[in-house]
Amino acid sequence: MAASPSISIAVIGSGGAGALTTGNFLLEVASSAGWHGLFTRTLGPQIRGGEAAGLLRLAVHPVDCLPDQFDLIISIDWLNAHRFGNEIKVGPQTLVISDPRGGKLPPLVTESGSRVVEIAMKEIAKSIPGGRANMIALGIAGRLLGFTIEQVLAPIEKQLGDKGAAAVEASRAGINAGFEVAAGIRFEAQLATPVPSHAGRWLLSGNDATALGAIRGGVRFAAAYPITPATEILEWLSPNLSKIGGILLQAEDELAAINMIIGSSYGGTPALTATSGPGLSLMIEAIGLATAAEIPIVIVDVMRGGPSTGIPTKSEQTDLNIAIYGLHGDAPHLVLAPQSVGDCLFTTQWATYLAESLQTPAIVLSDQFMGQARAAIERPADVAFIGARTIAANIAGAYKRYALAPGGVSAMAIPGMPGGQYTADGLTHSERGVPTSGAGDHLAQLDKRRDKLDRFNFGDHWASIEGAGDLALITWGSLTGAAREAAGRAAADGLDVRLIAPRLLAPVQPERLAAALEGVKRILVVEQTHSGQFLRYLRAHYDLPAPVRAFHRPGPLQITAGEIHRAIRDWR
Amino acid sequence: MSSVTTRLARKPADYKSDLNPIWCPGCGDYHVLMSFTRAFAQLGLPPEMIAVVSGIGCSSRIPAYTNCYGFHGVHGRSLALAAGLKVTRPDLTVVVASGDGDGYSIGGNHFLHACRRNIDMTYVVMDNRIYGMTKGQPSPTTEPEFDTALTPGGTGVRPFHPLVVALASGANFIARCFSGEPNETADVLAEAIKHPGFSFVEILSPCVTFRPDEREWKNVVRPASVAETNDQGKAARRLMTDDGFNLGILYRGNRPPFQPALGVSKIDLSQLENEFEL
Repeated sequence: MAASPSISIAVIGSGGAGALTTGNFLLEVASSAGWHGLFTRTLGPQIRGGEAAGLLRLAVHPVDCLPDQFDLIISIDWLNAHRFGNEIKVGPQTLVISDPRGGKLPPLVTESGSRVVEIAMKEIAKSIPGGRANMIALGIAGRLLGFTIEQVLAPIEKQLGDKGAAAVEASRAGINAGFEVAAGIRFEAQLATPVPSHAGRWLLSGNDATALGAIRGGVRFAAAYPITPATEILEWLSPNLSKIGGILLQAEDELAAINMIIGSSYGGTPALTATSGPGLSLMIEAIGLATAAEIPIVIVDVMRGGPSTGIPTKSEQTDLNIAIYGLHGDAPHLVLAPQSVGDCLFTTQWATYLAESLQTPAIVLSDQFMGQARAAIERPADVAFIGARTIAANIAGAYKRYALAPGGVSAMAIPGMPGGQYTADGLTHSERGVPTSGAGDHLAQLDKRRDKLDRFNFGDHWASIEGAGDLALITWGSLTGAAREAAGRAAADGLDVRLIAPRLLAPVQPERLAAALEGVKRILVVEQTHSGQFLRYLRAHYDLPAPVRAFHRPGPLQITAGEIHRAIRDWR
Repeated sequence: MSSVTTRLARKPADYKSDLNPIWCPGCGDYHVLMSFTRAFAQLGLPPEMIAVVSGIGCSSRIPAYTNCYGFHGVHGRSLALAAGLKVTRPDLTVVVASGDGDGYSIGGNHFLHACRRNIDMTYVVMDNRIYGMTKGQPSPTTEPEFDTALTPGGTGVRPFHPLVVALASGANFIARCFSGEPNETADVLAEAIKHPGFSFVEILSPCVTFRPDEREWKNVVRPASVAETNDQGKAARRLMTDDGFNLGILYRGNRPPFQPALGVSKIDLSQLENEFEL
């Protein structure tokens, strides 16, 4: 059988069984051996005792989405597997490794026609002092995927060293035992040889990448209020900001967090906070303040299922409306969306640069899928986008903080500068910053804040545009990877598809999209919402010059390349 | 460090902006503004090194009437904004101005945590026991029987005791002043600014428009009959039994202020990437 460009593995267990450790470890093994990979966790909101599965896709080329169907499933137990519903697709080609003591096979397996091999992983683990079934599973997976035992054991210190020497030894024995027991099992899918890397390779999550991007863009202060699935951004920033002379402050709530970053930025220190939908809802009023007072700030929203508390541990794209339209008044600001784990770095860095350059808030719409996914990727290129605020210099005479400067960006005085004293204000104000309710000042300042965004040249980074087919596939955010893969499959069917994924959602770029859409005959819009928020946004702001169809559905299941491919094929 | 320091002699007018305050004639806040500028002059602080941060309400208009850097933010969040400013700019003198609605009602949670956090700043609440800007609704310090259109016959709800809350939450300096005594108030403000950590100064500042009865405050306020203390137990007893009209510095603690280390990068930025490399 020919080697596969990608292989997908699901490791299943009830919460605490260690399935996620196995998946993460396996990603490390494969990426050290040169493959790309994407690892996501799927779990319920419980800390322990719920369902947990590690979903892993390994590939020769970068992968930004999960597969339609898994090649290998290893289940330590099936105790809560029914809760996955149709999240893990199993087919006749799937090999299922199951522990006979792990409970009854669930319908997702029995109805699939897949081949099931029973291995008593718990029994084997019991024969090893301190042994754990998830390490047996790791040894089995390693062998089936064609790794050598040395490759499988290589990351053991890095992965488990903090658990102590005894645990490492027990794990080593477990992996060896699993590797032995898998010797006779037939598994036909084999990975193709990895492509050598030029840039060097990284293993990180989207939330890690977001945090690093913020620092690269110049952020030196963060305010933090914990919320799933954004907390890891803040937990990464805390020690790393302090290494570079910055600060993270834990806030009492999101209202405080957003105001803290406004205070920091007003004082001259670029600042960020990270949250999810409920937190963004609380921050909205102060984001309007930063818009009116022209204070650059960055807000990362790692979207989860909504409304209200929604589904905290699962992804959705349903904060688009609030990010773009949530502010009261006419309040132009920046909204950006990264498109993959690696792109979280670029987009957050760019957002920081844009916020600083344009003296306005930037909302970055990441999501749970890419935020919490860990990926083995090519090292992202260094880019020159570093916060570039226009600062007042040599202030003489009456300083006008909100002067009607060409381009709309006016020089900002920073506390400590003699002669630059002004009061930043959310009240409608004059060029000097003096509160007014006059029509002239109101209009002039509204124009100023609109023009500075509208006249800025955002360049080619505004969107990913790939292919030249006459069917345009328009999507955004973490669905970009699945859409790209679907476009590839359509091309294999003989249909050229043009992929358009805006990274800059506000301000809108009508001329650029018009150019990107030139010559298209059909437009398929793909998004992870129930109500079609992205479709409505496109219709409201853009001229769509061809018949439009939309494929959209809510979370919690991430839309797959297969679904998008079907939506393309179904439109004949 | 040199034993000789030279500084400019400053006068209160150096800290006033050219804007005419939009307050009712007779409002206590005029005198509070006077006390601010006198305190700043007394301390000789360069105006550009002071930031006055506020929320929303009559009292929160004060930043623009000073010649300092100012921030007139959203309702109730001035302490949070000031915290982000002060920790990243510890070289600035940060004074937060608020009122009883802005500070104790919508901003109540931030008050607790600002006291607890003990960042080196001064929090001035101009308390007139009413929402003035929205024309006379009860605030957390309004007496339960005070009749308003929103609460006919009174709220029936016990007023909030800000000084006790401040002490219990960890404020490092607690004082009460009366706007009608601008010199004494300026002296207390100067002490509050100088004292490390979170200093809380409540200024009784009458609203002559919606609370004409508060004109009588000048006849009931008095200097506290006991000396200031650094003993939290004594301060607690004193504040709990206080009728709300004892003036002066009532508590001066010695908790070290909270200021996370801030400075230049100890490493090259690229070193942050090391943990991601395969």
